[in-house]
Amino acid sequence: MNDYYNLEALTSVIHAALCGVMPEWVALTIECVIVGVIIILLYAVLAVIMIYMERKVCAAFQCRIGPNRVGGKGGLLQVPADVLKILIKEIFTPAHVDKFLYSLAPYLVILASVFTFSCLPWNNGGLILHMNIGIFFVLAASSIGVLGILLAGWSSDSKYTLMGAMRSGAMIISYELSIGISVLTMVVMAGTMDIHELVMGQADGWNIFKGHIPAILAFIIYLIAGNAEANRGPFDLAEAEQELTAGYHTEYSGMHFGFFYLAEYMNLFITAGIATTIFLGGWMPLHVPGLDGFNAVMDYIPGIVWFLGKTFLVIFLLMWIRWTYPRLRIDQILTLEWKYLMPSALVVLVLMTFCTLMGWTF
Amino acid sequence: MKRDEIIKTIEGAELCPGNAGVVKVPLSQFRKVAEGLRYDKESPMDFLREVVGVDWGEEGLGAVYFMESTVTGETAALKVVSDDRETALLPTVSDLWKTALIKEREAYDFLGIRFTGHPDMRRLFLREDWIGWPLRKDYDMKSNPLRLDNEINADITREYRLRKDGTLEGIDHPIFGENDFVVNMGPQHPSTHGALRMRIGLDGEVITKVDPILGYIHRGIEKMNESLTYPQTLGMTDRLDYLSAHQSRHALCMCIEKAAGIEVTERVKYIRTIMDELQRIDSHLLFYSCLVLDMGAMTPFFYGFREREMILDIFEETTGGRLIQHYNLIGGVQDDIHPTFCQKVKEFIAHLRKVIPDYHRIFTGNVIADTRLKGVGMLSKEDAISLGCTGGTGRASGWANDVRKRHTYGLYDKIDFKQITYDGCDSFSRYMVRMDEIMESCRIIEQLIDNIPEGEYHVKTKPIIKLPEGIWTSAVETSRGEFGVMIESHGDKTPYRMHFRSTGLPLVQAMDTMCRGWKFADLIAIGASADFVIPDIDR
Repeated sequence: MNDYYNLEALTSVIHAALCGVMPEWVALTIECVIVGVIIILLYAVLAVIMIYMERKVCAAFQCRIGPNRVGGKGGLLQVPADVLKILIKEIFTPAHVDKFLYSLAPYLVILASVFTFSCLPWNNGGLILHMNIGIFFVLAASSIGVLGILLAGWSSDSKYTLMGAMRSGAMIISYELSIGISVLTMVVMAGTMDIHELVMGQADGWNIFKGHIPAILAFIIYLIAGNAEANRGPFDLAEAEQELTAGYHTEYSGMHFGFFYLAEYMNLFITAGIATTIFLGGWMPLHVPGLDGFNAVMDYIPGIVWFLGKTFLVIFLLMWIRWTYPRLRIDQILTLEWKYLMPSALVVLVLMTFCTLMGWTF
Repeated sequence: MKRDEIIKTIEGAELCPGNAGVVKVPLSQFRKVAEGLRYDKESPMDFLREVVGVDWGEEGLGAVYFMESTVTGETAALKVVSDDRETALLPTVSDLWKTALIKEREAYDFLGIRFTGHPDMRRLFLREDWIGWPLRKDYDMKSNPLRLDNEINADITREYRLRKDGTLEGIDHPIFGENDFVVNMGPQHPSTHGALRMRIGLDGEVITKVDPILGYIHRGIEKMNESLTYPQTLGMTDRLDYLSAHQSRHALCMCIEKAAGIEVTERVKYIRTIMDELQRIDSHLLFYSCLVLDMGAMTPFFYGFREREMILDIFEETTGGRLIQHYNLIGGVQDDIHPTFCQKVKEFIAHLRKVIPDYHRIFTGNVIADTRLKGVGMLSKEDAISLGCTGGTGRASGWANDVRKRHTYGLYDKIDFKQITYDGCDSFSRYMVRMDEIMESCRIIEQLIDNIPEGEYHVKTKPIIKLPEGIWTSAVETSRGEFGVMIESHGDKTPYRMHFRSTGLPLVQAMDTMCRGWKFADLIAIGASADFVIPDIDR
């Protein structure tokens, strides 16, 4: 495999150059700040892109045009305009809330989201948080989000938010099991929890092809559970507008509400990104064994394009589901998880272990 | 005939004038007569269509009860008067017909008639601290200045009972159980389809009681009508059930025409019938949209609205109105149909037949829709009849209650159409009834649209219409059930009392029966499948 776009060389050169003019700890601090700013910028920019995408995709499903006035023909500036509007809105705090927890909750949600976001492998050498238990960290960090949701519902001192939070909490905690098990299935196959190693292991073929039947089953389970984890339809009952107005974030306004909204969209991106990483080869180009010319051409496409391309494909799939199905009821959601999804995830895990032991994976 | 039987056997019973065939029975005999009618062997009057409270001035306060047998189709109407204006008491019939539970509250609210034995004598539409009884003729319009303080809803309701010695005794009942988690929903809520408010008792996510609190869009239309001339009253009907605007107005026009002896031309009947059916399709498309939206499916919502828009365009061309058309007049319609009307309607129906399969493909067979609708929100046939749930909701419980078949009007006796009934009694059946009725309405229109005869679209009427003395009624099948008009005329140019049978009031009352034991999220789906419109309930 020819890797033309490895960022590792570039980052080492920058690091070496900085170390040449200042002590290493200063260089590291500066690098951390720069990377941090990049993460937050990327986070915001991707959220804007995704909101725009969601609006256009759902418009297409609903025989509409979608945003088409602000910023020329495609309505490109609609979302930035909305962001600007929400930024300058008053953050209103109702009188009876628990002030501290009420203000803390949105930050917990966004924190969890940024943590997991930082673990995504953007390109070869473009992994920001690199550790040998990367996938495990992602699962752990993403669970902080549910704490924020529960706190938001509890501290708002309203029956609607409380019910929304309880529903959401029960659902997310349940579906984390399925996510965990289906991720574990792929870890069993790949033999590593290191995100970089996971991607590198897919150089000769994406995991979904290498792991064939159990991998495809795990992918489906992951998509369903991931959809629930991201609180999106048909699992969006946390904010079931029809009975609970807006669920746990009913009492939030301005940018506090914006954080919940942002985190929800980015969780969708993260869910898709992790799916891409562990099932669809991350930034690895598509290689077909035997077609050397084709493979060589694919290598010319940068890794980040592959990563974003695959991620947005998965996002499109999830959007398609959201805009097609009605919402499930809380007991149906929990039944689905505990009676069907989790047991089948366990079966798939056993199946994958068996296949791996017998050497039936490619 | 029951009517003659009552007049013969009950001492003091007399027939009132008008087409309704109302029999006045003495207060002392009323309860016995009502029980006799309800449990009659041959034709039990199991459907209480309406309880209308009336202030007859010198004669006293009382009510008119309209009932019908679902077995034989026979009808009866009783009038009962209490001459004591200070403490007007009538015996309740809520143990015979459940629908009286809410209809008697309405009579209490407007006229201050207390029904002894009724377990829940609260006001229905007006504030609990309202002063006076507005539909009484001696009501002082100045007695309730605009109040800006919040209304506090009582948690206790009162039942009045007559002791053996004739004195009155009050017994208090709590509305909710001690351990109920009471959640308020509305009046401003995304999915109550208007300003409806419900207090919902919950045990976890399971509903223990639904207590509707009505009146947030109450405009006192019946009171207003008492000071309007007959042509003026027409304007109010469009604003009752705005998705059956045309049909409601049709009912009032028919009632006045019947009473005044005005014959409309064939052409008018054709136009009215076609418009009624277009309105029905319009309403059912909106029903589909709202149901799917309430269940969280956004995409099919737009399908319904896309097609509904085409109907509104057709309405606009002919009538000038889109949502409410103001098209029917006494003796005909406002204006002739637009030259392209027939062409457009035919094109629309052809289009609708093409797209309806899409509606079903995206929603009907969907596994989530199935699990959320099938077997949920059961309303048995007996309950549907007893609660007076007419329209699609009743037909989904196997009760064939279509007014177009029962008391045919317009051209419905001349055309071939099926009455859609389902036996599922659940939300899914209620949904399917409406979807099938869309196709049935298409069939009706197709049979009529090519044969509209030439003729006058409006018969000349006198500028001031006076109805002969008596109680006059008419009923039509609107998009969501039986809409009835009752006019009591004393020979003036304004009605003495004009009452509209709300199609939605029984449906809101039935929410408690349908929702108990189901989850909070089901309440939304059940409410959407029952398909009520709030301005029609509150009037």
